[in-house]
Amino acid sequence: MSTPKTLFDKVWDAHVIRHVDDGPDVFFIDRHFIHEVTSPVAFLGLEGRNAPVMFSERTYATADHNTPTLNQHLPVADPLSANQLAALQRNATRYNISHWGLGHQKNGIVHVVGPENGITLPGMTIVCGDSHTSTHGAFGAIAFGIGTSEVEMVLATQCIMQPKPQKMRISVNGTLGKGVLPKDVALYIISQISASGATGYFVEYAGDVFRNMSMEGRMTVCNMSIEMGARGGMVAPDQTALNYLNGRDLAPKGEAWDKLVPYWETLKPDEGATFARDLTFDAATIEPQITYGTNPGMGTGVTKQIPLGVSMKDGGASYQKSLQYMGFAENETMIGKPIDFVFLGSCTNGRIEDFRAFASIVKGRQKADNVTAWLVPGSHIVEAQIKAEGILDILMEAGFELRQPGCSACLAMNDDKVPAGKYAVSTSNRNFEGRQGPGARTLLASPLVAAAAAVTGVVTDPRQLM
Amino acid sequence: MAYDKFTILRSTAVPMPAENVDTDQIIPARFLKATERTGFGDNLFRDWRYNNDDSPKADFVLNNPTYRGQILVGGKNFGSGSSREHAAWAIYDYGFRCVVSSFFADIFKGNALNIGILPVQVSPEFLARIFAAIEADPTTELEVNLPEQTITLLATGNSELFAINGYKKNNLINGYDDIDYLLSMKHEIEEFADTRPF
Ligand code: SF4
Repeated sequence: MSTPKTLFDKVWDAHVIRHVDDGPDVFFIDRHFIHEVTSPVAFLGLEGRNAPVMFSERTYATADHNTPTLNQHLPVADPLSANQLAALQRNATRYNISHWGLGHQKNGIVHVVGPENGITLPGMTIVCGDSHTSTHGAFGAIAFGIGTSEVEMVLATQCIMQPKPQKMRISVNGTLGKGVLPKDVALYIISQISASGATGYFVEYAGDVFRNMSMEGRMTVCNMSIEMGARGGMVAPDQTALNYLNGRDLAPKGEAWDKLVPYWETLKPDEGATFARDLTFDAATIEPQITYGTNPGMGTGVTKQIPLGVSMKDGGASYQKSLQYMGFAENETMIGKPIDFVFLGSCTNGRIEDFRAFASIVKGRQKADNVTAWLVPGSHIVEAQIKAEGILDILMEAGFELRQPGCSACLAMNDDKVPAGKYAVSTSNRNFEGRQGPGARTLLASPLVAAAAAVTGVVTDPRQLM
Repeated sequence: MAYDKFTILRSTAVPMPAENVDTDQIIPARFLKATERTGFGDNLFRDWRYNNDDSPKADFVLNNPTYRGQILVGGKNFGSGSSREHAAWAIYDYGFRCVVSSFFADIFKGNALNIGILPVQVSPEFLARIFAAIEADPTTELEVNLPEQTITLLATGNSELFAINGYKKNNLINGYDDIDYLLSMKHEIEEFADTRPF
């Protein structure tokens, strides 16, 4: 019998066209997403080589990274952003690539619109010039972020050259407590293994918690894989995944779908498959999380104190510098810290479930006066659903407004920038220095923690409001 | 994208001992709006390097004329965060050809190799030794020998081997890139694509 394979092995090995001696694998890519920021230079390169796009039907373009979240019907004011958006449009037209630009009803954040339109399927390889491409792993795809040279490579050859990463399994067993969301699971794992704890690995998530999790939740967790250093993360596809995809616009239909199901059913680890690292956590120990520092590994339970530097692996000068940037000190309690901004959105937490969770807390309450809130749906489809489910009414009654889809304050390339020194509770994925604007201070959290902060104006345990 | 061949680099080095230097620091997102690949060096480490009024921050190492060279020596977990290749472009455009650290984030390492920057991973001890040597004498030179896969502190002869995948090594030495290689197997790729179920 051949060696038992993990899920990752099965999907990876099925895409290797050639092993290069003492080198990477020539790795075939089923689907490729591009956006306005990391693709223009790739197209320039293509032009320079006089090379065509090899399979234009395998690439999809959407505008998201620096689009405005207000007045999208007006011309984009920032000339540099407008220039990138125009370049995307031009390149897509020239090379015959599907393009969902600003105002298109399928437009939205690349990692939201891919799954929601049924482009993402189990067993695929998916890349995009954005590190949170790992999101698509929720469906049992191998999905990861690439650089612009690789974007050019995929356009020209539908392949990249990749050494196979090591394998890691992270299991979380048991039942999540009240108020604990998939985002908390992700932040908790990262706080335990650090922001570089999975570097060099590709993660498979296993255990009851992921089996029982919705697709939205699995996407949140897979999205955050990159924040523990992993290339990506994936969950074995099951009925939950198939139910989510079946009937989506671009998903295979009828017979084509039925033919794929038996293959998809093989996408799980073989008995006896081994991992270079195998970690297990207990769901019961996870509480709602919040970060206090400048990397996603610097997180803790929302009711806890900021750890003493000496208790941390990386507790030295970098730790102190990070706390200084945040204006925090060791041993301070997170609860009660005043905040200025709340950001609900991004490819981490900009889906319908996230808006439902946020609304569940703010319903019947009022936005705190000291808080500026940006609620940004991940796509027009999410936006429509928010309206259809009556969530918009709840938000508006509580004093919030809804913006238009895009990456927004996740990376603050548009006008949605948190001012220097201000505190933002954000449902996005990165709390790096200046990520949400020069000098901005980011506290990463779940939509529930963000909602609790939005109505109280301070860091609050959402369980007190449930 | 074509780049200069890399064989042996002998240079002074710029020390940046901070750990977890992420790509948002290397090149902040607001500088990613170009549609060309040039000029990113001006904004390398923008927010560490300049005050809000664009005046240089005197205490930042790139603003200190004592430290010069084509080698950047960084702390552990260099290049974490976003996949933006712009970070590697900025480093290259500024004039660095080699980054030394005890640990690199995966995507950054791949991006660097793809555009002709050599990431050299050394042991924590050797990294500490390099920082100490530069602190003692900023004119101290390092030699990075790609064919031999060695990095040497020239003053003391202290040396360490580093790892690099043979294919990437060959590319760097010859100034090739992956697309040249992949285009040469176009037919094989097309045949493979026909076998995919989706
Ligand atoms: S929301 Fe943030 S992480 Fe997601 S695609 Fe946009 S910029 Fe990248």
